[in-house]
Amino acid sequence: MEVLAYQGLIGLSSAMYLWLISAGLTIIFGVLGVLNFAHGSLFMLGGYLAYTLYGLVGLPFSVSVLGSMAAVALLGAAMERGFLRPLYGLDPSYQLLLTFGFVLLLDDAVKLVWGGVFRIPPIPRWLDGAVVVFGRPFPLYNVFLIAVGLVVGLGLWGLFDRTWWGRSVRATAADREMAAALGIPTPRVFSSVFMLGSALAALGGALGTPVRPVAPGIGAAMIVQAVIITVIGGLGNLRGAFAGSLLVGVLSSYGTLWFPEFELFFVFAIMAAVLLVRPQGLFAS
Amino acid sequence: MSPRARRWALGALLVLLVSLPVWASRYVVYLTIHILLLALNAAGFNLLFGYTGLLSFGQAGFYAVGAYTCARILLAWPSLLPGVLGGTVAATLSAVLLGYLSVRHTRIYFSMLTLAFGMMIFSLAWKWRAVTGGDDGLVGVPRAPLELWALTVPLPTVERYYVVVLVAVVAAVALLHRLVRSPLGLALQAVRDSEVRAEHVGLPVRRLRLLSFAVAGTCAGLAGSLLPALENTVTPPIAHWTASAEPVLAALLGGTQRFGGPLVGAFLLVVSKDVIVRFTVHWSLVLGAVVIALVLGFRGGVVSVVEPWLARPRPARRAVARAGEQAP
Repeated sequence: MEVLAYQGLIGLSSAMYLWLISAGLTIIFGVLGVLNFAHGSLFMLGGYLAYTLYGLVGLPFSVSVLGSMAAVALLGAAMERGFLRPLYGLDPSYQLLLTFGFVLLLDDAVKLVWGGVFRIPPIPRWLDGAVVVFGRPFPLYNVFLIAVGLVVGLGLWGLFDRTWWGRSVRATAADREMAAALGIPTPRVFSSVFMLGSALAALGGALGTPVRPVAPGIGAAMIVQAVIITVIGGLGNLRGAFAGSLLVGVLSSYGTLWFPEFELFFVFAIMAAVLLVRPQGLFAS
Repeated sequence: MSPRARRWALGALLVLLVSLPVWASRYVVYLTIHILLLALNAAGFNLLFGYTGLLSFGQAGFYAVGAYTCARILLAWPSLLPGVLGGTVAATLSAVLLGYLSVRHTRIYFSMLTLAFGMMIFSLAWKWRAVTGGDDGLVGVPRAPLELWALTVPLPTVERYYVVVLVAVVAAVALLHRLVRSPLGLALQAVRDSEVRAEHVGLPVRRLRLLSFAVAGTCAGLAGSLLPALENTVTPPIAHWTASAEPVLAALLGGTQRFGGPLVGAFLLVVSKDVIVRFTVHWSLVLGAVVIALVLGFRGGVVSVVEPWLARPRPARRAVARAGEQAP
């Protein structure tokens, strides 16, 4: 019984890690209608930048995380303004292909800068430890990750539900033309949403790297995880992405306990089943 | 290009391909086999994307079904034909099954569904050790002889195997070309252009999409089945979603709006990769930049850039020049 509860807790922390990746992806899809394949690569870039700022430059942990978020957000803005914008009127396949071009580009570009090896940034000293849960040591860092996930969830909810900016984003997502007619600067909304999504990806990468080291090519692996969550929760559904992260995080945590061989298969099978039976997502209202 | 010039060009290309083992080095022949396999896979993919309007991110799954099935058959029964046919049939069956489910959706939901199915096949290849050899893959697959009734043709060299691949790929691509030019091919394009209109003129939209999906899967499967005897091994990365991107990129690079586009794209992709990796390891950086440029500026691919130039009527131009000279 205690093993199950402990495994559930591990699942919860990996769920929060998945949540940080998928939140930005689903926000961008919900508003812009673009499935950003390069989201995993932005995640990777966030990890590398935080590693450099913290481990090599020697900035404080919080500053390096925020710095990497800001840098990736700027890159996201450049991607949206310079590259995606000309494609909005076209077949969505071209947007997918464009972002896939960025996956190829970014996953290789990091090799130029950081080389082809794994990078594990050091965990800040105040988070390097363990608490005892159910008689077993549980890494303090995972507790921190769970807390950050919850804070980000609350923050996003507040941002979208309680601010003027959030209202104009929701208006734009619901009806682009009508929102523009009402004087909402929809192009700027698009850019800001893309920046927010990119910053969230960077946050995931910066905080996730102590759990899972960054390496070139991890972008392609992470995007698949994020897509699974986003699809299960419903494309563009933020609350769904949160619930989907919990579901996948906890299930795959038990999955590795009970049938480690086929965990990957079942996760994709769940994704396919959701697409077939409830394409609007498991948690659509 | 006039139909006559096109026939000549095609004939010259065929002569070039058939005579390749005579004058080219073994490495060039080996590379050409890879071009042919990718060309077949990409042409099949483009039936689905360019002609039917469905972007699949799961072609590597069917490629892998073909490759693994063929490898298992060859390991048990070293005869090329049963291996290749078995692999292709297995790929077709899985494409019909998964296609039946996939074509319930279009656009992004279709792409996501094919991605999920492709990755399910990948995870089987990766983890189902008893059948697929897990992450080691299947090794020691023999380049089995081609046995036709009483006739047995051993294929000890890459050059001989190349002939087999060339015949199979040319035949398959010719059939595919026949298909897109048939009324059936027109029906597929009607579905692509407007689902509603196609439905109203009485076309069975979903069945047409399934057919297109099955043919694309068959092409991927045949290409995959021809791989194990060449490489003697099959490993899981061929099933990964990033491998599914290869036919996508080839089609995009060459041009999705022409039948020949993916074939040209496959050639360019394999050759440019081979050339670029001699100078830099950052091949995928270059490829990424090329993809971005293509999507933004040249959505018709290389073919659409070259074609108007080829189509320019030469004699007429000479006549214009002469007229210019005669003018005062």
